[in-house]
Amino acid sequence: MKAGNILFTGVGGQGILLASELTALALLSAGFDAKKSEVHGMAQRGGSVTAQLRFGARVYGPLIAMGTADVQVAFEMMEAVRYLPYLRPNATVVVNTQKILPPLVATGQASYPENILQNLTERKISFLSLDAFEIARQVGESKTANVVMVGALSALLPVKADVFEQSIATRVPARFKEANIEAFRRGRAVST
Amino acid sequence: MTIISGTTMWLSGNEAIALAAYEAGVTVASGYPGTPSTEILETLSTYDGVYTEWAPNEKVGLEVAIGACLAGARAMATMKHVGVNVAADPLFTSSYVGVRGGLVLVTADDPEMHSSQNEQDNRNYALAAKLPMLEPSDPAEAKAMLLDAFRLSEELDTPVMLRITSRVAHVKGVVPKGERRTPPPCALAKDPAKMVMLPAIARKRRVVVEEHMNRAAAIANETPWNRIETGAGKRGFITGGVSYLYVKETFPDAPVLKLGMTWPLPDDLIRRFAASVEEVVVVEELDPFLERHVKTLGIACQGKNLIPNRGELNTDIVLAALAPERAAKAFAAIDLPSRPPNMCAGCPHRGIFHNLRRLKVFVSGDIGCYTLGALPPLSAMDTCVCMGASVTVAHGMVKALGVGGHDKVVSVVGDSTFIHSGVTGLINTVYNHSAATLIILDNRTTAMTGHQENPVTGRNIKGEPAHQLDIETLCRAVGVRHVYVVNPHDIDAAYKTLKEAIALTEPSVVIAKAPCVLLPEMRRRQIRPYSSNQQNCAGCMACVKLGCPAISWTPFTEGEAERRGYKATQKGLSKIDESMCNDCGQCAAVCKFQAIFHREETK
Repeated sequence: MKAGNILFTGVGGQGILLASELTALALLSAGFDAKKSEVHGMAQRGGSVTAQLRFGARVYGPLIAMGTADVQVAFEMMEAVRYLPYLRPNATVVVNTQKILPPLVATGQASYPENILQNLTERKISFLSLDAFEIARQVGESKTANVVMVGALSALLPVKADVFEQSIATRVPARFKEANIEAFRRGRAVST
Repeated sequence: MTIISGTTMWLSGNEAIALAAYEAGVTVASGYPGTPSTEILETLSTYDGVYTEWAPNEKVGLEVAIGACLAGARAMATMKHVGVNVAADPLFTSSYVGVRGGLVLVTADDPEMHSSQNEQDNRNYALAAKLPMLEPSDPAEAKAMLLDAFRLSEELDTPVMLRITSRVAHVKGVVPKGERRTPPPCALAKDPAKMVMLPAIARKRRVVVEEHMNRAAAIANETPWNRIETGAGKRGFITGGVSYLYVKETFPDAPVLKLGMTWPLPDDLIRRFAASVEEVVVVEELDPFLERHVKTLGIACQGKNLIPNRGELNTDIVLAALAPERAAKAFAAIDLPSRPPNMCAGCPHRGIFHNLRRLKVFVSGDIGCYTLGALPPLSAMDTCVCMGASVTVAHGMVKALGVGGHDKVVSVVGDSTFIHSGVTGLINTVYNHSAATLIILDNRTTAMTGHQENPVTGRNIKGEPAHQLDIETLCRAVGVRHVYVVNPHDIDAAYKTLKEAIALTEPSVVIAKAPCVLLPEMRRRQIRPYSSNQQNCAGCMACVKLGCPAISWTPFTEGEAERRGYKATQKGLSKIDESMCNDCGQCAAVCKFQAIFHREETK
C-alpha cells in the first residue's frame, strides 16, 4: 500500500484521537506524507465520532471521500456499520466488539440491532473483530484498549511494528509506556 | 505538538498558528475559547516570552490586543466565528486606528456547525470592516500566512484578519519550524490624530482607510498567496481556503486561481485568469463571496448554481457537482439509532434540567454543554440563541407576557457564559425589573470547549492562581436580593429552592454549584459507584428518564415479567453500568423503590 485512507470511528471518550495520532506518527516516521482530520467540541460528549487519516507521497485534502476508505478501525460495533458509505468495496474493518448503547436504546425507545456485523459480511467487507477492552484489562490497564486497536490495525499497514512501538513510546506518558507497548503487541497478535 | 524531524513538526492548524505567533515575535495574545479556535491560545500559552490570557469575552480580547499593538507589540486575538460578532464593535474602528506593532485577528469559522449555532461566513467581516484577510488551506500554510499577516499589518498600518475553518483548525499536517523574530521593545507614543476616534479625526482616518485598502488591493495582485496554477482543460477554477484542496483532489490537472488573500481581491489577476480559460467555476464554502466579486468584474462564472451554499464541502460534493460520472460507488447508509452527544454520567447539569422539567417552566437557554439539556429524554431547554441570550430572552418574554409572567420563564446559563455576556443581561433584569429566575450552572470551568480557566475558576490560562470572582457577591452587587446556592445533585433540595425562587415577583438567581466531572481533580477522586438492585426495580423509568449514559433500560419479552416474579404490567428493568458511574447519586434520589444503592466498596 503506497497510499491509503484510514477511517477511525467510535464513541466520544474511547480514545480515538490518540489512536489516530499514534497511527499518523508511525506513518510519518516511515516516510509518508499524511493529513488527519478530527472534530472537537460538541461531538466529543458521547456522540458518534470519527478521525480521518490519509497518507501517501503527497496528501492534499484532509477528508476521506465516500467509497474510498481502505481500512476502518471501529471502536464500537454499531459505529462499524454507521459509516459504511465511506468504505470502498473490499475494504477491511477492524472492529472492537464493545457495545455502547446510544440514548435511544438506553432509554428503551429503540433496540440495538442484532447481528450487526452481518451488514459487513453481506457486502463482502472482511472484518477482524476483537474485544479490545478485555485484552487491555489483561494487560492491566483498561485505558489501553485504543492502543490494542492500533496494534490490530498495524498489521494491515506498510509500516514495521518497531516503528509503531517507537511512536507509541515517544507519545504516551513514560509510566504507561510498557502497558501501551504490551497492548499494541497483543492487538497486533490478533491480526497476524 | 510532535516534532518529527529537526526542521518539521506534525501540528494541527491551531498549533501551527500558535507556533507562527511565537516565531513572529507576538508578545501579547488574548481571546475567548470557542470551537474550533480554542487550541491556538492554549498552545501559545505554553511558549515562553509570550503573554497569553483568556479574556471574559471576545470584545475584551480584541481590545486587549489593540492596546498591546498600540504600545508597539505584535499582538493577536483569537476567537470562533460568532465570537467576532461580539468583537465587531472594536473591529470596525480598528481599521481607522491602524496599528503600531502588527495586529492579527484569527477568526475560526465552523461550516457544517460541528459545534456552533450558525455557520456565518466571516469573509464578509473583512469586506464590511475594511480589513485585509488571508485564508490558508492547511496547517503549513496557516503558519506561513500568519507570519506574513504581521508583516502586512505593519506595512499597511492596519489590523489583518486570518480566517481558518474547522478543516484547517483541526486538521493535522506537516509544518516546517523556524526561528523567532526578536520582539521590538514597546513604548507609548501619543498620537491623537491616529488613535482618538473623535468624529473630526475619524473623518480624516476614513480617508486613510481607503488608501490602505487601495494599497492592499495592489498587493493582492502581487502576493504569492494569490497564484495561477496553469493546467490543461477548458474549465478553470477560482477557489481558496480548504476548498482549494478539494479542487486539487478532484481536478489535479485543471487550471486554478488559488486565492490565499481573500480581501481585498486581486482584480487584475482574476481578469487575467478568466481570459486564459474558456469557463470559470468558483468553488468556495458557504457564501458566494468570491463569485459575487468575480461577477462584479463583469466576468461570467458558475458557482453557487452548482456548489451548495451551506455546510462544508468535501471531494464528494465537488465531484457530484462538477464530475458526477467520476464519483466512486458508495454503499448505501444503513438506518441505525442515532448517537447524539450527551451530558456525561454524573454531570451536575442533569439534576437541574430534571427539576426544570418537573416544574414545567419555559427554559430560556444558553451556549455550553448544558445546551444538551434540550435533547430527550430531558427536553428541558426551549430557546438557545447566542452567548448570554438566556437571561435577556427570558426578560423579554416576561415583559411580553405582562402581569403573571414572572413564574412562567426561567433562564439557564453556565459560569463562563454568565461572565462572558450574561451579567449585562442580569443588570438589565434588575434595572428594568422583571422577575424571571436566572439559574447559573457553576461547574467551575469552561467545559464544552475542553476545560479552559475563566474568572470564576481562580486560575489563569497557565493554571497559575488568579483572583476568583464570586458569582454570588456579583449577583447581589448588581441588585439581586434573592440569591440562592444549591447543590444540583441534591435533587429534592434543589427542587424546593427552584420552586421558591420561581414564585418570587422580584429578580432571583439560583447558583447550582458542583464541579464538572471531567475536571482532573474529579477524575482523580475515589469513586463509589451506584449499583442496581433489580429485585426492587419496579420499571418506573424515573432513573432512565434522567438520560444518564451509565443507566440503561432492558425491556421484558412477552411473559418475562411474570416468569421472573415481577408484576405482569412491568415493562422492563433499569440497570447501572458501574464502570461508567461517576457517583453523583441523582438516580438514587429519584428512585422510589430502593432499587439503587451505594456500593460501599470503591472502584
